[in-house]
Amino acid sequence: MSVIDIINLSFGYNEEKVLDNINLKIEKDDFLAIIGPNGGGKSTLLKLILGILKPQSGAIDFIDDSMTIGYVPQNTNINMDFPVTAIEVVLMGHSYTKRPIFGYGKYETACAMEALREVGMEEYAKHRIGSLSGGQRQRVMIARALCSHPSVVILDEPTSSIDASGQKQIYDLLKELNKTMTIIVVSHDISITMEYANKVAYINKTIAFHDMTEAKSRFSLHPQGHFCEVELLQLLGKRS
Amino acid sequence: MIEALSFEFMQHAIIAGILVSLASGIIGSLVVVNRMVFLAGGIAHTAYGGIGLALFLGIPIFAGASIFAVGAALLMAFLTLKHRHRIDTFIGLIWAVGMAIGVILIDLTPGYNVDLLSYLFGSILAVSLDDLYYMGGLLLIVVAIVTIWYREILSVSYDSEFASLRGINVPLFYTLILVISALTIVIAIKVVGLILVIAMLTIPVYIAEKLSKNLFGMMFLSGFIASIFTVLGLWISYMFDLTSGATIILVSAVSLMLFLIFEKLQNRQN
Repeated sequence: MSVIDIINLSFGYNEEKVLDNINLKIEKDDFLAIIGPNGGGKSTLLKLILGILKPQSGAIDFIDDSMTIGYVPQNTNINMDFPVTAIEVVLMGHSYTKRPIFGYGKYETACAMEALREVGMEEYAKHRIGSLSGGQRQRVMIARALCSHPSVVILDEPTSSIDASGQKQIYDLLKELNKTMTIIVVSHDISITMEYANKVAYINKTIAFHDMTEAKSRFSLHPQGHFCEVELLQLLGKRS
Repeated sequence: MIEALSFEFMQHAIIAGILVSLASGIIGSLVVVNRMVFLAGGIAHTAYGGIGLALFLGIPIFAGASIFAVGAALLMAFLTLKHRHRIDTFIGLIWAVGMAIGVILIDLTPGYNVDLLSYLFGSILAVSLDDLYYMGGLLLIVVAIVTIWYREILSVSYDSEFASLRGINVPLFYTLILVISALTIVIAIKVVGLILVIAMLTIPVYIAEKLSKNLFGMMFLSGFIASIFTVLGLWISYMFDLTSGATIILVSAVSLMLFLIFEKLQNRQN
């Protein structure tokens, strides 16, 4: 049973097609990596799934129309000077329709603290967002996405501005979250993404899809936890 | 100073100064975090057109200036939302046209030789009781709006893309922020004048930003700091017979300098 079913999807800006006839089934326990060159249409696909853009032809079907998708945007280094604490950023993830007249409800604060605990950032709740490291800030953004109780979380280049050890922590966190929700990651960093993902979609106007579950079992992990390039090429070379 | 407090105009000046400072603290914080300082400058100068209109029609200055400022705010909100990449050109244009309309309307007003300087640099010593009611009422409205919609305003200011994904009407709140800014700018013109409004909206905020953890604290602290600057500036201008608006701004600027030096020294110690 797929959570998101993309059927014959095409989209273009002014005549020129950015995405051409994309078909993709995203299953409930998937950890899907979306890779591909810049300008290949990865961000456009994200925006279509999130509903920011509407498909020009084809459709995106969701298993349940009321399901929510958590979103972690690309650049978390903007607005570093902004006077806001970590917990307040997480609180932004709540719905704005059901709310008390002033401020935040008790249940909302409790839920936001729970989300911070899930990403291991509860002790930083009252810290100003600009004083956190890149990796810590990214975990706060993930907590913000968790606030809406999503069944799918989409992350756009989650580790682009984070050092190596921070990157591994983020992916370990995503692996943990993947036990209860679908994870979709757009990334340039192929080696680390591959290690965690079970499905890979290569988007460059069209889609090439790889199910890594079976292929992965044939390789033993590199001692450092990364695939070496030869293994990667072999994995990607085997089209299903 | 004590005997000065017995004058009614002085009492009005101090109350007006504090009301406007509190409103400027809130609005200045919003303007700075939303990077709308240039927009606010444009609105302040466009309001001069409204001052001209008010004199020409014989209606209260606050009414004319408010109409023009809110009109400019709505126009700028619309243009920012539609043509973000050209917005600086539009602001410059609206800024100049507003002022030109003001000058022409005052030319056309018969028998009235207006003191332009009092609008450019403020006239805090000529605040009437009605002015105080208007300022107080506006402060209440501003406080009510930012209290009730604090979370939406915070969300839109911090990350408008995410806010719109969560279902917040971003254009509506962006416009609301600009409109309450326009109304606050109009009362601030009375205290420091339209040229100096920008300094009033930014200097206390700059200091408060470094000292506060969140937007709410920054608004409150900015208002408090602005009040101190205003009362201190007023007192110095009274003692040495100086233009009050300009004195308030210089007091703020010197305080900012001292704050920055103090901050540098403290960083060096750590």
